[in-house]
Amino acid sequence: MNPGNGIVDSHVAVSIDGREVTVPQGQTILAACTAAGVETPTICWAPNLTPVNVCRVCVVELEGSRTLVPACSRPAEDGMQISTDSERVRHSRRMVLEFLGSANDLSQADEIAEWSQHYGADARRYAAELAADADGEPEVALELVDDPVRIQDDLYIRAYDRCVLCYKCVEACGDDAQHTFAIAVAGRGFDARIRTEYDVELPESACVYCGNCVAVCPTGALQFRTEFDLRAVGEWRPDDQTVTRTVCSYCGVGCNLELHTQDERIVKVTSPEDHSVTSGHLCIKGRFGWQYVHAPAFEPPATDTPASESTEP
Amino acid sequence: MRQPLPVVLVADLHFSDASPTASERRAVMAALSVSDAGPGAVIVDHPRVVRGGTRRRKQMRHLLLPALHALQREAGWISPGGLNFVGRTLGVPPAEAYGVATFYEMFRTEAPAHELSLRHVCVDPICALAGASRLAENLRSQGHAVHEGPCLGQCERAPAVFIQGRREPDRVPDDERGLDSLLVSVTAESLDAPSLLRHMIDPSSAADAASMEAYRARGGGSALEAALRLGPDEVISQISSSGLSGRGGAAFPTGIKWRAVADGDGPKHVVANIDESEPGTFKDRLLCERDPLAIIESITVAGLVVGATQGWIYIRGEYPLATQRLRHAIAQARAEGWLGDDAAGSGQPFDIDLRRGAGAYICGEETALFNSLEGFRGEPRNKPPFPTTHGLFGRPTVVNNPETLLNVNEILRIGPEAYRNVGTEGSPGTKLFCLSGHVGRPGLYETPFGTPLGELLSLAGGVQGNLQAILLGGAAGSFVGPDALELPLSLEDTRSAGTTLGSGPVMVFNESADMGSVIERLAKFFRDESCGQCVPCRVGTVRQHEIVAQIRRADAPTRSQRLLLDDIAGAMGDASICGLGHTAASAVLSGMRLGLLGTEQS
Ligand SMILES: Cc1cc2nc3c(=O)[nH]c(=O)nc-3n(C[C@H](O)[C@H](O)[C@H](O)COP(=O)(O)O)c2cc1C
Ligand code: SF4
Ligand code: SF4
Ligand code: SF4
Ligand code: FES
Repeated sequence: MNPGNGIVDSHVAVSIDGREVTVPQGQTILAACTAAGVETPTICWAPNLTPVNVCRVCVVELEGSRTLVPACSRPAEDGMQISTDSERVRHSRRMVLEFLGSANDLSQADEIAEWSQHYGADARRYAAELAADADGEPEVALELVDDPVRIQDDLYIRAYDRCVLCYKCVEACGDDAQHTFAIAVAGRGFDARIRTEYDVELPESACVYCGNCVAVCPTGALQFRTEFDLRAVGEWRPDDQTVTRTVCSYCGVGCNLELHTQDERIVKVTSPEDHSVTSGHLCIKGRFGWQYVHAPAFEPPATDTPASESTEP
Repeated sequence: MRQPLPVVLVADLHFSDASPTASERRAVMAALSVSDAGPGAVIVDHPRVVRGGTRRRKQMRHLLLPALHALQREAGWISPGGLNFVGRTLGVPPAEAYGVATFYEMFRTEAPAHELSLRHVCVDPICALAGASRLAENLRSQGHAVHEGPCLGQCERAPAVFIQGRREPDRVPDDERGLDSLLVSVTAESLDAPSLLRHMIDPSSAADAASMEAYRARGGGSALEAALRLGPDEVISQISSSGLSGRGGAAFPTGIKWRAVADGDGPKHVVANIDESEPGTFKDRLLCERDPLAIIESITVAGLVVGATQGWIYIRGEYPLATQRLRHAIAQARAEGWLGDDAAGSGQPFDIDLRRGAGAYICGEETALFNSLEGFRGEPRNKPPFPTTHGLFGRPTVVNNPETLLNVNEILRIGPEAYRNVGTEGSPGTKLFCLSGHVGRPGLYETPFGTPLGELLSLAGGVQGNLQAILLGGAAGSFVGPDALELPLSLEDTRSAGTTLGSGPVMVFNESADMGSVIERLAKFFRDESCGQCVPCRVGTVRQHEIVAQIRRADAPTRSQRLLLDDIAGAMGDASICGLGHTAASAVLSGMRLGLLGTEQS
């Protein structure tokens, strides 16, 4: 592309809030923001997935652009002038967070909650504008993302009232990692939901239980049964958990595992997003094949042989 | 050009045991083998520009929509067995095919309780004024299956019905009744301008819409000849100097678009965007019904000029007559030698395929249209990259509204100087306006750009009763009041007045119209038609509709309700992905400003 001297300049310089930074060509505005030390909220973006730019919480103001642009997917170009904290940016970010808060159960989406506080999002004001009539009944109902929790197996649950439709699970199940295509977005508009075909139960679908969708879900809409069950009895204590890195022993690929343990029991298995082998993705064996660790200790069968004569210790 | 359908390897895909009925199987196979099923396989391998689905290579996925149409007509729904069959045949995972089927208004994914054809009744503002809910009620009481939905593009003869056939062809009752819609082409003399323009609505076209011979006799084919004589560069420079801009709503300069695609590397595509679903717009339907060969000629011109090998017509599913006439016209153009391996004697191959939409306003957005045509959900793509470099199947693509394309024919016939003699400096040429609502003669009117709004209304027989408000540009446009009658209808004048012409709908409301209900319905329209992909629009359109509904019940907005609507509008306009979200608040806010939702209470 570079005419003239034949030297390809593989870096671009952009200005982030007045600060010049240089990033390799092809990187996004988000990477430039990070290089400039500016933290950017993201929901639908993940380092190990193709950007889908749908949540719009990462928008920034780009000089010369009529609308705001998504930092997570817009490639940085030489000379871009970007503001990440203008009134327009703060407004749109706040509104996106408010919209989600007004529609979804975000009680397990810690990062979204932190950003909501940061931008002063007040999700309650929508219901407040819908007056109650003389009998105290709302005249116009505030529509919520309402969906019963789906518990269809022992491995993970799906609680789509928490789903913000970030598409991450679809990407992970599809051609960003698993290539199984068990789930997709179905329906349109506010009624759009993550579904198997005809909403068939997961064991009947194409799902191979790799758990990669669960690992990328930012809201707890997809949750391992272990976590779900512990939360149900108020025993999910992330602060008490330790993470141990190890290598999966099932095959020779060498996937790194992170065993999350609480009270000396494994409660979750993940893989580091930046691990060169997995990019954070695993298969069913590494993800769920650890139950044997907690199998009851081996007890010798009772025999007629007197204990003293036994060969067992 | 056509190849047999290749066998798709679906070894990796998982399907349930549900199998198709024999008739479903037959219907799908028939749909996949008809002549306009398109190129057998589209081989593409390009970096993903949008999420979703298997990489777009070696696939026949673009046949998904025709296959789903066939299933729906045959069985009345997309059954699991039928979906499996389509998935196996085309190599589409069932979850994704289901996601596509559930995107469209015309497809059902639950078994219907009856064997009836489905009557779609439009309940958008103009049809609502004309008694759409009574009509729906009557049809139901006569035992028909009825679905109330968005604008059907027949606003000049409201209330509108479209019958989605069950084992019978789709049809529109008013087409059969031979109701001829009013088409008025205003001669430029009456507006004191030179009359060089041969108008787009050729009055003699209707009688013999489908005959190549008649089309030739009235000068058809001359644009194509001129294009071949002048060569691509000269054609594009004439388009540029004519000042032609797109008539689909965004008014982008056509010459720039064509230049960019002509400069791109092949294979390339040309798409005629006939998804026309903006409430109040029906011009493209009438153009296609009245003069289908002119449309085919114009697409062929575009294809040969930019060096595309494949042309596509994407027409909304609710336009059966226009579809039938365009298909017939394509066949005639092939027979005439305009299409084929040596299109119109150019030495270049070019052919046109027609695809029907299935009920989704958003598929008129150009990148959503590409996804829909490729067999994906009709979700818009982020821009950039733009269609001129990454369009249909990731290739350089010209996408134009048919009115734009017909203007190119006109420019080639009369030359850019003569073309510029009509209209204003900033908006040369004429514009088609779709008049509906409380006017004497609703219909399609062609007038030079710059014609004052009041004059256009007079041409249409004047306002019936006392004018309350006019909605310019449809749901995505904005309301103007009775004080706007002097407004010259040009791109620059409407822009500086803070409104828009959009694709040309002019919806007129007299004092009898309940504007609260009109505005609530517009808000509902966006809530229903948002694709749901991005948060600002998916949630914003719902919250906007709820607040408007609340305001209507109280007969007036409070200050905090107005501020909240402003906040919502700001985020939808700034942070949404596509034009639907960007314009979803415009009619509501302009209506509020005009006091159509009542006077603000503190
Ligand atoms: C929500 C939405 C719906 C649209 N619908 C149509 C349509 O039905 N027909 C059309 O020609 N353009 C439509 N457009 C505009 C197209 O994206 C595109 O700009 C146009 O087809 C380009 O053709 P033109 O340059 O000839 O106008 C729509 C845009 C949006 C955002
Ligand atoms: S567990 Fe794996 S296969 Fe199953 S839905 Fe999630 S990503 Fe897809
Ligand atoms: S389930 Fe989780 S990962 Fe999937 S779309 Fe919803 S929030 Fe995103
Ligand atoms: S603005 Fe609306 S229609 Fe456009 S992509 Fe976003 S959700 Fe879809
Ligand atoms: S993180 Fe950029 S759009 Fe979601």
